Amino acid sequence: MKLPLLYDVALALLLARGRQSLVAAIGVTFSITMFIALLGFMSGLNQLLDGLVLNRTPHIRLYNEVQPAPQQPIDRYTGLDVGPARPHNFIRSIKPSNELPRIHNAGAIIAALRHDPRVRGVAPKTQAQVFYNVGTINLTGTISGIEVAQEDQLFAFGDYVTAGNPLSLNTVANSIILGKGAADIMLVGVGDMVQITTVKGSRVQLKVVGLFQSGLLEVDKVQSYTSLTTAQKLLGEANNYVTDIQVKLCDFTLAPPLAQEYAQHYEVQALDIQTANSQFETGTFIRNLISYAVGITLLIVAGFGIYNILNMMIYEKMDTIAILKAMGFAGADVQRLFVVVALAIGLSGGAAGLLFGFGLTVAISHVPFHPASLPTVHFYPVSFNPVFYGIAAVFALITTYLAGYFPARKASRVDPVDIIRGK
Amino acid sequence: METPALEARQVIKYFDDPVRVQVLHDVSFALGRGEFAAVVGKSGCGKSTLLYILSTMDTAYEGELLIDGVPMRGKKEAALARVRNAQIGFVFQFHYLLNEFSVLRNVMLPAEKLGKLSGPEIEHRAYEKLRILGIESEARKKPNQLSGGQKQRVAIARALINDPLIILGDEPTGNLDQKNAEIVFDIFKELAETYHQALLIVTHDNDFAAKTHRIIEMEDGRIIPQRP
Repeated sequence: MKLPLLYDVALALLLARGRQSLVAAIGVTFSITMFIALLGFMSGLNQLLDGLVLNRTPHIRLYNEVQPAPQQPIDRYTGLDVGPARPHNFIRSIKPSNELPRIHNAGAIIAALRHDPRVRGVAPKTQAQVFYNVGTINLTGTISGIEVAQEDQLFAFGDYVTAGNPLSLNTVANSIILGKGAADIMLVGVGDMVQITTVKGSRVQLKVVGLFQSGLLEVDKVQSYTSLTTAQKLLGEANNYVTDIQVKLCDFTLAPPLAQEYAQHYEVQALDIQTANSQFETGTFIRNLISYAVGITLLIVAGFGIYNILNMMIYEKMDTIAILKAMGFAGADVQRLFVVVALAIGLSGGAAGLLFGFGLTVAISHVPFHPASLPTVHFYPVSFNPVFYGIAAVFALITTYLAGYFPARKASRVDPVDIIRGK
Repeated sequence: METPALEARQVIKYFDDPVRVQVLHDVSFALGRGEFAAVVGKSGCGKSTLLYILSTMDTAYEGELLIDGVPMRGKKEAALARVRNAQIGFVFQFHYLLNEFSVLRNVMLPAEKLGKLSGPEIEHRAYEKLRILGIESEARKKPNQLSGGQKQRVAIARALINDPLIILGDEPTGNLDQKNAEIVFDIFKELAETYHQALLIVTHDNDFAAKTHRIIEMEDGRIIPQRP
């Protein structure tokens, strides 16, 4: 089969300058490869770092903070506008009545949330401030009472338990999973007993059934986990005492409006993930921006390579251009011819780049990586997001088209009379 | 009277670089079908300039140019390219063959551009043209494997592939030895007499010119009226 004439001539020009064309194509290949590897690696790391916090953060956290009522009882009288004789009160610094940071009617709220179709899962939690007793020294700490099965399902709790079995919390009475940092300070391991003091002053012996490592050192020094019932016992409260309800949504972008809705509906405070972790999104955004900037710079440099080879080709093939025009090729045909040459270089180089980029990303994902704070990670994290490949392909196309367009336009303006008479 | 294949009416041409010089003064003439004319004159008399205006590649002139009775003035660049493709064949002093393609493909190129015939038909025609010029045995070679005379004959075959109305030559025998020049002349003559194509050949070679049907002699940008 015969190729259309224009492509045939373009191919002949490419082959006539084979080595330079190849170098220009390799330039594109290299830049696309690096672009994909860079972005894949960068967003893999981003996902890891974000996951470090975001995976373990509920999309919406419902809690009840001790805070002054927005309308104090006295305001019900003095707040009324009763004309010029409006009364005024001088009462300051009103103290709250004895109330714990519990969520009222938590059981009903949890049941209602579980029926909400937008909600993927709900896990109740009871936070308690404690002291870890190490001999005569007391270390401050936080114990979270959790329902292990749900916590594991929604927040991958098990991934961060480095020793012992998280499900032992349910089977062993008075058990605790200690933070790795805290355990190191107390010199205890799985199977040992630790003594803690609650804020109310009672002392409790708990058995260590596991060690927990979040990757955030400060957290690991204070945070420990126990079962919901054990935490309620520590606090001396009934089994409906829940301080936090953690909600995981099907679509976490809905968190801010839903948080407001829940806050109003259930008369609690609600914090959405976007508000709680805005700095992570900023960091991700900046890192992505830098990778894109570097990647696109590489592509533009490759574009200059194509521009050069085409300029050279056009100078060398002036005779060919002149005779093509004399034979009846219009300026537009000549321009199309050289754009085709540029695109051929760009597309072949770009396609190879996509493959090599994928290969390099795979290679990176097999490089061992054992960060001390991330027990679940064994290799460098990478992302194989097809969007990167799409962007790389589109940019390769655009830059090579532009790199070809300007020399091609020059070629289309070559005056054949000048060339032929000049001989 | 039939429409002339090529007609120039009061063609005036200036060169502007470095100063304005008039190189053609009111050049008018007509060339009929089957006519074989030679343009002669001293170097710098404007004969090549005239040829490139007639070829439609040079558009910066005053006056009228008609090809097959159709005025060329005011046509767009792409339209002129089509006219060149379909109606004009060129033979230059230098052959301008594309070394990347075979001889056969070089001959086929203008027909492929025209796109009226299918690939095999064009190939058949190209073989025919090469056979007329006696070089069909070289069809599969690359141009740089041929001798100068053979290359020029390939260039002529390429000019003929679309059966153009007019064949223009800019010293087509300038680089050839006596024997090859004679072969080329005989081909041209046959084209005019057998195929009724109009030929306008710029030449320095007086022997060549003397054998043509008509001599157009130029001097200082004017055509010298022919002596009876």
